[in-house]
Amino acid sequence: MSLILILEQVLNGLQAGVMLFLMAAGLTLIFGVMGLINLAHGSLYMVGAFAAAGVAAATGSFLLALVAALVAAAAAGVVVETVVMRRLYARDHLDQVLATFALILIFSELTRWAFGSFPLYLNPPDWLSGPVTLPGGIRYPVYRLALIGIGLAVGLGLWALTRRTRLGIRIRAGENDREMIAALGVDIGRLYTLVFALGAALAGLAGALVGAIQSVQVGMGEPVLILAFVVIVIGGIGSIRGAFVGALLVGLTDTLGGIFLPELFKLVTDPATATQAGASLSSMSIYILMSLVLIWRPTGLFGAKA
Amino acid sequence: MSERWVTLAALAALLALPLWALAADEPFTITLATRAAILALAATGLNIALGTGGLVSLGHAAFFGIGGYAMGILASHAQTFAPLSLGPWEVPGTQSMPVIWLVAIAASALAALAIGALSLRTAGVYFIMITLAFGQMFFYFATSWRAYGGEDGLSIWVRNGFPGLNTLVPIQFFGLCFAVLLLAMLLHGRLIRAPFGLALDAARQAPARVLAVGLSPYRLQLAAFVLSGAITGLAGALYADLNRFVSPAMLSWQMSGELIVLVILGGVGRLAGPLIGAGLFVALEHWLGGATEYWHAWLGAILLAIVLFARGGIVGLLTGQGDRRG
Amino acid sequence: MKGLYVAAALAALATGAAAEVKVGMITTLSGGGAGLGIDVRDGFLLALEQSGRDDIEVIVEDDAQAPDTAVQLADRMIQSDRVQVLTGIVWSNLAMAVVPSAVNQGIFYLSPNAGPSQLAGANCHENYFNVAWQNDNLHEAAGAWANQTGYANSFILAPNYPAGQDALTGYKRFYEGELAGEIYTELGQTDYAAEIAQIRASGADSVFFFLPGGMGISFLKQYADSGVDIPVIGPAFSFDQGILQAVGDAALGVVNTSQWSKDIDNPTNAAFVESFQAEYGRLPSLYASQGFDTANLLISALEVADPSEDPDAFRAALEAADFDSTRGDFEFGPNHHPIQDIYAREVVQEGDVFTNRIIGVALEDRGDAYAEECAM
Repeated sequence: MSLILILEQVLNGLQAGVMLFLMAAGLTLIFGVMGLINLAHGSLYMVGAFAAAGVAAATGSFLLALVAALVAAAAAGVVVETVVMRRLYARDHLDQVLATFALILIFSELTRWAFGSFPLYLNPPDWLSGPVTLPGGIRYPVYRLALIGIGLAVGLGLWALTRRTRLGIRIRAGENDREMIAALGVDIGRLYTLVFALGAALAGLAGALVGAIQSVQVGMGEPVLILAFVVIVIGGIGSIRGAFVGALLVGLTDTLGGIFLPELFKLVTDPATATQAGASLSSMSIYILMSLVLIWRPTGLFGAKA
Repeated sequence: MSERWVTLAALAALLALPLWALAADEPFTITLATRAAILALAATGLNIALGTGGLVSLGHAAFFGIGGYAMGILASHAQTFAPLSLGPWEVPGTQSMPVIWLVAIAASALAALAIGALSLRTAGVYFIMITLAFGQMFFYFATSWRAYGGEDGLSIWVRNGFPGLNTLVPIQFFGLCFAVLLLAMLLHGRLIRAPFGLALDAARQAPARVLAVGLSPYRLQLAAFVLSGAITGLAGALYADLNRFVSPAMLSWQMSGELIVLVILGGVGRLAGPLIGAGLFVALEHWLGGATEYWHAWLGAILLAIVLFARGGIVGLLTGQGDRRG
Repeated sequence: MKGLYVAAALAALATGAAAEVKVGMITTLSGGGAGLGIDVRDGFLLALEQSGRDDIEVIVEDDAQAPDTAVQLADRMIQSDRVQVLTGIVWSNLAMAVVPSAVNQGIFYLSPNAGPSQLAGANCHENYFNVAWQNDNLHEAAGAWANQTGYANSFILAPNYPAGQDALTGYKRFYEGELAGEIYTELGQTDYAAEIAQIRASGADSVFFFLPGGMGISFLKQYADSGVDIPVIGPAFSFDQGILQAVGDAALGVVNTSQWSKDIDNPTNAAFVESFQAEYGRLPSLYASQGFDTANLLISALEVADPSEDPDAFRAALEAADFDSTRGDFEFGPNHHPIQDIYAREVVQEGDVFTNRIIGVALEDRGDAYAEECAM
């Protein structure tokens, strides 16, 4: 296996990782500030992708489609937060799991009712399609490079938001001591709605960006949701930094495992068995990674000590 | 209404329905009741960990599926007369339910011991997620396990046998499942009042105090988790026999979610909670599914209403006592 | 589930004619795979409507692509509704869950889509008829077409589950060249960047892939965007009418193999395409054609005998396959699976719509590899 191929695969792992980060960041933020497990986060990802596909089909503009994804997902987030989530903050995780599981069912069926059962069309814009040649001779799709760029920019933006702005200070304060900041005159209800909308918008953005190179269909959110949960658990729930490291770890493990495990097995067995056994083990690899991390550090890499 | 009467009424209803169906010659209603009884058994297993032990496991489908595969593997070997090779030993397959049940219980208890021993090092959300991760490992393993059908699963031509019964007759198979459910509920009822159950309850509410009186919360919870997994595994074997079929779908995380739904729908930690939850779920599936193509949305709305407005589930509503969690 | 009762000819029913034959259709009408089941159902009901028969009652139910739901529906239809014929299942794993026990209870099963190898070989059954194909067929045709085109170094990939493993085996059964690589991807995988990089580095002269549903959409879009220009070939499942619009330009020119295409030149097919479009406002897919053929086969056998009164005569009438298929010539092999031509098609654009055009015959009169193992 050539060095160039390995480098290209590392880029692929990186790209998968930063997109996961967009999902995981919202999830971990919502948990950190409100203490809420939101299984319906994948549905917001789906809402973003469908809104983007709808607007792209109507206007032909990819940028407008991205805006629509952000707005639609944030709006759905605000509705969900004010109607349902608000009543769940004081409940235990079990109620939250069940309520948001119910929301997944509702979102999926409503989307199917509105858009039908066939996958929708959404493509990257012409000015981002096709490959470029990187230094070292790697031919790599421009769009995927753009995804890496957007993911890193959002990560940087989130860091700046939480560290450098008044809203960020309130968010961090909300994570530490809810009662105190409420006593200091911060409208905690509005802060929660805002944080939830922000997380939802990030999920919607991820859905639209990834939807352009995948399939926009009902149920697209669930596999990503599970991966995003793996990410935030590895990183430590509530930690944005942990979500970033966890996302890259999961992205790289998933991508590189699929390539190198079959090669490893080929050293000890015949090629046909090796590809199958390798593929089986690689689909389990991120879950193995997660359980190893948790056995080693029961609250994740950057999680607060229990 | 007191909780004891709710439990008895639920059991009586589950028993009366198939007897009515037998008289009215509606064999499918018996099948539905059997399905409810088996799901109630699986949820009773989960309820021991979830309700009494306070351990929110999102990976109980692993035990459900292991039980199912115990049945599928043994019966498929009996069906083809090919012995099952376990390293140096060769074991013949079997179509006898008692043997299959023992294997299902032993295999799922062993899996629960391993998963529990590792997972109980964590708590809260981390526990939910690590059990989910273990469930997913079993799911992906079964999906690519070609020898036993992989994603396609394993199909059995005839239902396995039980001494003295013809399990192919729907009402007899129902009776068998109902008896097993009754035993499991009796066990759970005794457990709640036994010293072990009281200590477990205390470990959920105040682990530090349990530790202070010289008991290990870790060991108590591990024992509960193993018992819970074993009962759910037994239900898995019965479920596979009901469908004469087992597939990785039994191991999926949606299955784990469904089991939790059953418990919460009925009432967490309540003896009759899983039974009422399973009965309601099967009925909703049956009627809503017939009424609209988009029935999942309605199911979601009903679940949401129960979480938001009926804490303590149906049992909580009926007994007029709210939530039973500390 | 109470049931969505669809009468073949509602008007006739209303005038008092009693339904005499009950057919149960278990298919996927919700979730991600709903498009396939909806097409099967619509094709099937269209044929019934056109036949004008008022004595066939079809009970349609949604299996939500879950094997245990499918088994319960089959139990209900057999025990409560007392159907004589079952049909409709789209997926192999659901068929394996339902079919063996149903046919053992004396029910007839007509498969409009799935054809797992077990049911064609060792576990074949006199009451099981497959109207679509054996699962390997389209992949075998892809292998044969690769030979005809002169490909000598293929890179092949499929998901890591039984149908995926069968797909690669099927391709290799006919393909005579070398393999540049062989990959099993994860079931439900949505990102293929890593696989595409391997394809680029492998030096292959052709790529064969079997990735049904959303997986195929993702792969084709990403492949087109990667700038790799090695020709791609695959079975029709990733290029059917429902999916093509979501793939768009990325599929243009790709060769795929199918036993049916909307431009097969015979009067039955032309009438089918036209009436389907008039009735439902969209072009039919191969699944719709399979549903349509299944219903016409059923009707042709019902003309001869009633399954509950004379199952042997009904079975013989099914074996004769005396109906006008949208595929032209159609007959059953000894294991009740089709013997038929399989075509190579190319994706083209007609106006705004992406569709397929036949470019040649990949395999003529193909039966299947498992018929010998079937002792019927």
